[in-house]
Amino acid sequence: MFEKIKEFASEFFVTGDPLIYGADVGIALTLISIVVVLTYFKRWGWLWREWLTSVDHKKIGIMYIIASLLMLFRGGVDALLMRTQLAMPDMQFLEPEHYNQIFTTHGVIMILFMAMPLMFGLFNIVIPLQIGARDVAYPFLNSLSFWLFFWGAMLFNMSFVIGGSPNAGWLAYPPLSELSHSPGVGQDFYIWGIQISGIGSLMTGINFIVTILKMRAPGMKLMKMPMFTWSTLSSCITIIFAFPILTVTLALLFLDRYLGAHFFTLDGGGNPMMYINLIWMWGHPEVYIVVLPAFGIFSEIVSTFSRKKLFGYKSMVFALMSISFFSFFTWAHHFFTMGSGANVNAFFAITTMIIAIPTGVKVFNWLFTMFRGRISYKSPMLWTMGFIPCFVVGGMTGVLLSVAPADFQFHNSYFLIAHFHQVLIGGVAFGYFAGLYYWWPKMFGFKLNEKLGKWAFWLWNIGFYVCFMPQYFLGLDGMTRRVSSYGWDMGWGPLNLVSTIGGFLMGIGFLFQVWQIAHSIKFMERDTTGDPWNGRTLEWSIPSPAPVYNFATLPQATEQDAWWEEKQRREQGQKPAAQPPLEPIHMPRNSGIPFIKSFCWFVAGFGFVFDWLWIAIPGLAGVAICMLIRSFTYNTDYYIPVDEIKRTEAALRGSV
Amino acid sequence: METTFLGRKRKRLEAAHADIGGHSAGGSHDEHHDHESLKTFGFWIFLITDCILFGTLFATYIVLRGNTNGGPTAEELFQMPGVIASTFILLTSSFTSGLAVLSMNRGNVKGLIGWLAVTALLGASFITLEITEFVHMVQAENATIGTSAFLSAFYTLVGTHGLHVSLGLVWMVALMIQLARHGITAVTKRKVNVISLYWHFLDVVWIFVFTIVYMMGVM
Repeated sequence: MFEKIKEFASEFFVTGDPLIYGADVGIALTLISIVVVLTYFKRWGWLWREWLTSVDHKKIGIMYIIASLLMLFRGGVDALLMRTQLAMPDMQFLEPEHYNQIFTTHGVIMILFMAMPLMFGLFNIVIPLQIGARDVAYPFLNSLSFWLFFWGAMLFNMSFVIGGSPNAGWLAYPPLSELSHSPGVGQDFYIWGIQISGIGSLMTGINFIVTILKMRAPGMKLMKMPMFTWSTLSSCITIIFAFPILTVTLALLFLDRYLGAHFFTLDGGGNPMMYINLIWMWGHPEVYIVVLPAFGIFSEIVSTFSRKKLFGYKSMVFALMSISFFSFFTWAHHFFTMGSGANVNAFFAITTMIIAIPTGVKVFNWLFTMFRGRISYKSPMLWTMGFIPCFVVGGMTGVLLSVAPADFQFHNSYFLIAHFHQVLIGGVAFGYFAGLYYWWPKMFGFKLNEKLGKWAFWLWNIGFYVCFMPQYFLGLDGMTRRVSSYGWDMGWGPLNLVSTIGGFLMGIGFLFQVWQIAHSIKFMERDTTGDPWNGRTLEWSIPSPAPVYNFATLPQATEQDAWWEEKQRREQGQKPAAQPPLEPIHMPRNSGIPFIKSFCWFVAGFGFVFDWLWIAIPGLAGVAICMLIRSFTYNTDYYIPVDEIKRTEAALRGSV
Repeated sequence: METTFLGRKRKRLEAAHADIGGHSAGGSHDEHHDHESLKTFGFWIFLITDCILFGTLFATYIVLRGNTNGGPTAEELFQMPGVIASTFILLTSSFTSGLAVLSMNRGNVKGLIGWLAVTALLGASFITLEITEFVHMVQAENATIGTSAFLSAFYTLVGTHGLHVSLGLVWMVALMIQLARHGITAVTKRKVNVISLYWHFLDVVWIFVFTIVYMMGVM
């Protein structure tokens, strides 16, 4: 009996690597300390009532951001482990098998469990405030989206200590990801972790489209919307067209592995290249999904910190929308080498070049917004200024890659690695950092320390170039991606060492950011104005952090930069328009169902991963029961009485 | 009616804004109405995503339908009489779900529940026929999901449609219970409208399944 348990455990838990034992201890200690702290301070009820069951978009946003920063930490550690292994020729730091797992989880985590939730966090915090709404269109669904993401991410991360991590690359190309080549459970963790959180992303897409189209403040025409709202809309439209493809693709891979179907197998008439086409039909739009909101953030910041209206508003809208359209017609540029012939490659090469045009338009719009502006170099603006040159170079190398004949040389080399890190770090990460610094005071009521922020910015920015510029040259020298070691005779040693140093500089930059947050929580002064940056859009017209109902009376927004214009009028001595009398506010009730239902999905996913139907079926039954309970619940909302609104407003505005 | 909804979207949008603007002034009736129309709109967008989902499955099927791997082909497998029967059953159920909505608009709860029950019964017989077809294929013809890429794509596409119909059945039964309890309110009305949208949508998808999978399969 004991032998059997021992044998089971040695397969069930990941064993044999000292790094993983260290991580096991770390995870166990963290979990124990969380439980101890919550119990000691009697915070379980608080956690459940105020956070886990909350349908308030501001709290959901904060939870998204916390989760994504933790994932950034894990993805970053993965990156540094890889860079350490590559620092010198013939390094013996990571086993090849372990290296495969790490580059797989690094990619998945950074895109799906770091960039996506950080983006959704900012959507949640900013969009309703920016369009003058009291919540998103479907607050319950919003909470469900978050918890699906959360439990999906947990399932994926669990593979680190239980069962074994996926190791077939971040997009899990078959036949490598098929049962024949990856018999372990790692790929199943991959499928279910992404599937569960992907459903959440899809629902968030629907939620924000409806929120933006139908819940804007009176007077806010589409062409008066703030640019971040526009970018969110274009990103969400891309989500609803792209994510169903991911859902289907992963489901088909699952059927291959679980039921022995032949979609992507080498035998039985399957077609592995079809998977690669399908996954990139989602995957290419996906990179635009994450970068479009970053463009929106930069637009807000450039305008605010230059004290000028955004240059070329209409062309910006047009650029956002055409990017989201063209993003669906470039997917084959990820595999020009498939052999689909000159005509097909020419088509995708040209669409790829076309998509660079609207992106270029935006860059000029930002530059012209800054032109003759009174620029103040606060943290958000620094990241924006760091982004522009970085993204221009990244975009240019993208155009180089789009030249199909040349791509036969660049394909899967470090040139490509350098290119996409340049657009994803320079564009997405810098963008979301900028957004985080910009809206931080709106979330928490205090700014982040500027001095530490400058250190973090320069470490990241310099570290970035030190890390990735050498990789272009390594790529041209013939170093291919996903190699876990290389010999002395290749001559790649020096550039790799430089690159590793750059990676660690960025890592130190991240530590500075953590320090900055901790330091600022302790020492920064409260912002009592609600408008610390002299902002232009509606979110800055209310106190920070915003009260649960956001706006005591719904604002009027008849012009672009409504709050800025209002401030201008007040400065000229005009009295603010008389506020209509307060009325009871209609609010959604908190609900535990999203948390429980997503947990049931997690259980079901876990069961399918190990092929244990006795776990999977109860999990699915739990999901069904949660859905039915919700369907039969009619008491889902309540009213905040006028007295309470008056008290809250007095407390918030009294300190102004 | 929902069909005019898209055409008059612009107008509705403005109306919805006015509603939100006058949230408080409008009182709770308007507010409910507003929330419910918001949910219907969201369901339209969900249907777009479901369209893409089926579109991807159709594309997969079209790519793989010739890859029979030496196993049975579409021509050998499909038995059209049963498929045509189930097609008419599903089309009829779409019609009866329309009758249910008409009863609802007349304020007739009994008629509404009755027609929903007829719709659900027709849906259930459709599913029964589909399961019978699948069982026959697997047992008599030895054509399983693992036999060939063609059959993998076939079972997945048709099965996904069947799964949608089955979920719709559970949903419909839950809705009938709610209608019996609450009668026709703004909330239940929206729910009936949404499920009838869903049902018509599945009907449209089935017409494509019938044409692309079955008709073109035996042609």
